Amino acid sequence: MKRADVIVVGAGIIGSACAWQLARRGLRVALVDDGLPGATAAGMGHLVCMADNPAELALCAYSLRLWRELVAQMPEHCAWRSCGTLWLAEHEDELALAEQKQQRLAAAEAESRLVSAGELRRCEPLLRHGLAGGLHVPGDGIVYAPNVARWLIEQGGEAIVRYRGSAVALEPQAVRLADGTRLTADAVLLACGLAANALLAEPLLRAKKGQLAITDRYPPQVRHQLVELGYGASAHASNGTSVAFNLQARPTGQLLLGSSRQFDAPDDVLDMSLLATMLQRATQFVPSLAQMNIIRCWTGQRAASADGLPLLGPHPVHDGLWLALGHEGLGVTTALGSAALIADRLLRQRPAIDDTPYRPVRLLTVEEVSA
Amino acid sequence: MSKIAITIDGERLWVKVGISVAAALSMTSQPHCRLSVSGQPRAPFCSMGICQECRVSINGVRRLACQTLCQADMHITRSDNG
Ligand SMILES: Cc1cc2nc3c(=O)[nH]c(=O)nc-3n(C[C@H](O)[C@H](O)[C@H](O)COP(=O)(O)OP(=O)(O)OC[C@H]3O[C@@H](n4cnc5c(N)ncnc54)[C@H](O)[C@@H]3O)c2cc1C
Ligand code: FES
Repeated sequence: MKRADVIVVGAGIIGSACAWQLARRGLRVALVDDGLPGATAAGMGHLVCMADNPAELALCAYSLRLWRELVAQMPEHCAWRSCGTLWLAEHEDELALAEQKQQRLAAAEAESRLVSAGELRRCEPLLRHGLAGGLHVPGDGIVYAPNVARWLIEQGGEAIVRYRGSAVALEPQAVRLADGTRLTADAVLLACGLAANALLAEPLLRAKKGQLAITDRYPPQVRHQLVELGYGASAHASNGTSVAFNLQARPTGQLLLGSSRQFDAPDDVLDMSLLATMLQRATQFVPSLAQMNIIRCWTGQRAASADGLPLLGPHPVHDGLWLALGHEGLGVTTALGSAALIADRLLRQRPAIDDTPYRPVRLLTVEEVSA
Repeated sequence: MSKIAITIDGERLWVKVGISVAAALSMTSQPHCRLSVSGQPRAPFCSMGICQECRVSINGVRRLACQTLCQADMHITRSDNG
């Protein structure tokens, strides 16, 4: 390959989406990945319009529009399903949360509808009696993110050249790999998740461990992605360990169950008591889960920024260095939007949504870095 | 040695007391115990309850063939998607 225009470090869903978007816009991309499993390999692949703060909502809504344009072209192994999300209110007082969410989504032109307790039971018969109601968001869906990432890279054709290796040092407009290879380009984009802390030599991202469980295959019985309404609050808690019910029906007939959040637990070991809490919580919503078999459990690390929003754009100090990091629990949902914002900025085009809330400069202390 | 009768996919089989369902499956003409999502036959792999390759339905409940001993009149069905 001739010298690349951009080196992308990391081929998870974010790096792959960025490489694909840059290639579509005529740039030559060198994509470096070390082949180790990252967050993309561990996640649920729920494309979900979260609305807990305005900037998060804007990026989700924008990205989901881009996903909906793409899904028709995706092959079956990307496992796209337009299942929508049912947000569940366990108690009456959570119905107020459903209403607030509905209003916020409406403001971002994302469709949603309040669902009564009776309707909930009719559309998802496995749910227990006595839930208070919920909110249906029809525009949400699911994908299998590792396959989407591979497919996006393939779509880039010859404009994306892959390098298998570990980036060990950043130099101005260059990346050095562990085997001594030195790649050069006009711009370097870091999309390597938590590993960015080491490459940048600063603690930019914090690990939030999550664990998931998946059942054996059963005849399809659940149509929507089911999530408890308290999820947002627990997902955004900045301390402590939390569990929130989240259930996804995989196209295989398996049920994928989430999820937990644990700070600063960098290993990949399952926490059995936390898993028990998760499963207990799940049976509070879907009692028949107690009769099903779990066949695998695993953990993954979300990369969280200090304010919960991703870092998208140029590094404020290092010329030619760009960041696409810190997507925490929403990186699959926001991948296409993030990639579009990066490409717009890199090519000096006007982005479709205001990207100020995601600019890295907000979290990087300029004086310190340049000192 | 006393024997008990079980059925595998409706086929009646006499087996020794104390053998596992996985062992009984291996005595039939089709050694597989389930079909994968893409329709490929899967057989017991680890034989110690870890790999989950040997899932079958026993009297209507999903079980691991390598971890279950044959009992008299057990109905075993090779599982696919049901
Ligand atoms: C349990 C769990 C559930 C989740 N559920 C969802 C969900 O339902 N919906 C959703 O939208 N999001 C979800 N997420 C979040 C989502 O998975 C992440 O935000 C997203 O995958 C981040 O992608 P990434 O490309 O930034 O990082 P990664 O997938 O971690 O990719 C980074 C890549 O860079 C490589 N790399 C790292 N360092 C180097 C180096 N020095 N040199 C070369 N390569 C390197 C890694 O090996 C990896 O391949 C979940 C996450 C977890 C953990
Ligand atoms: S053969 Fe591995 S679990 Fe039975």
